[in-house]
Amino acid sequence: MRASSRWLLVTVVLAALLQGCASSHGVALAADPRDPWEGMNRKVFAFNEKLDEAVMRPVAQAYVDVLPSFVRTGVHNFMGNLGDVWTTVNAALQLKGKAAGESLLRVAINSTLGLYGVLDIATEAGIDKHKEDLGQTLGHWGVKPGPFVMLPVLGPSSLRDTAALPIDWQASPSQYFQDAGTRTGVTVLNATETRAGLLKATDALKQASLDPYSFVRDGWLQKRENDVYDGNPPADFDYNDPDVFEQP
Amino acid sequence: MLNSLNLLSRRSLWLALTLSALLAAPLARAQEEAADVFIKRVSTETLDLVKADKSLRNGDTNKIMAMVDNKLMPHVNFRRMTALATGPAWRKATPEQQKRLQDEFKTLLVRTYSGALSQVSDQAVFVKPLRAGQDDKNLVVNTEVRGKGDPIQLDYRLEKTPGEGAGWLIYDLNVLGVWLIENYRTQFTKEVNAGGIDGLINSLAERNKANASANATARKS
Repeated sequence: MRASSRWLLVTVVLAALLQGCASSHGVALAADPRDPWEGMNRKVFAFNEKLDEAVMRPVAQAYVDVLPSFVRTGVHNFMGNLGDVWTTVNAALQLKGKAAGESLLRVAINSTLGLYGVLDIATEAGIDKHKEDLGQTLGHWGVKPGPFVMLPVLGPSSLRDTAALPIDWQASPSQYFQDAGTRTGVTVLNATETRAGLLKATDALKQASLDPYSFVRDGWLQKRENDVYDGNPPADFDYNDPDVFEQP
Repeated sequence: MLNSLNLLSRRSLWLALTLSALLAAPLARAQEEAADVFIKRVSTETLDLVKADKSLRNGDTNKIMAMVDNKLMPHVNFRRMTALATGPAWRKATPEQQKRLQDEFKTLLVRTYSGALSQVSDQAVFVKPLRAGQDDKNLVVNTEVRGKGDPIQLDYRLEKTPGEGAGWLIYDLNVLGVWLIENYRTQFTKEVNAGGIDGLINSLAERNKANASANATARKS
């Protein structure tokens, strides 16, 4: 069986098994219909937090402390350029001509004039940056996100985006390299660079929330819908809820 | 003779004043800003203030609170924000509880987002063209904060308040694709379910106290 089909099978079996978990975790959680596997997800979240405190955060902080800003910007741009390649493909799959065209142009300019993507000439030239992946493509064509999934190490996801993961992974920066050692190195560098970019945000997160797990989950779910709809998701929050306001 | 001259000039003065008042009135109404113009003005003014004052960027809590109270709160319907974040339990709360809730929520938000001020350097606000067909009670203005690094999506939800202040009030904020009220509704509902409105107020107060001491320690180190 091909790796991605094997993965899909694993995801589906896991889904079937986990159906039982939400109900067996007797605690009366204010059940969110988008998160039927909340019990399991909270455990994974707790694990991820410990791993983050122990490993990822210190490494990301060291990355920021040791490397000068222009080096970190170069790394960010390099990863972003490879990301633009996959964005081009997915924008095209979603029939978003402008986004696909702009992303392709970005790749062309940055890979050549930008020295393999290290310099982001395209942004300075005013070409918008888009971000599309297979999960968003599936969402665009009507595939609902499905239950919320907190993945070990990788963090928040949904059933749809997890199923798309193997293919999205194939397009990640590390896979552009042949040698296994280089691949690992690039994976670690990409993860560190991403984590470093989120250091201040995650600190703010701990201060802003009363329950970090649901804050992260709800924020991620909103952001994902926002991305699928490119900044204009259908609103489903009732701002005129008569239950909230005093009757005039 | 002098008396009648006096009377004449006073009448003309009175007439002149009335005419000018009548002429000025439509002008005053025309000065009502469009929503995107309003947001551009307020966000640019605030950004400029932060750029000019180092103590705001360094996290001086009192100064930041003062700036928020003077510059931002007049443009925000914070009561509505807090009510929507709380949900149906808001209606059952007493006026004192509602006031306390607003105070603690405001402190939480200001303390949390004031950290972002330290990263202000050369950013500028780019206001996107207004989407067509929006209703005056729920109008979204989309902006982007552009500077070094990736642009940050920052959207505002406004209600029209004709005749009051600048004519618009903000009642929800979206940073990077996440609307504040929707995100806090879950947070607040959990606390209300566990301990009622007082439980929520206490949790917020505790969080604020913990944040204040964490920030004080961080600044000392």
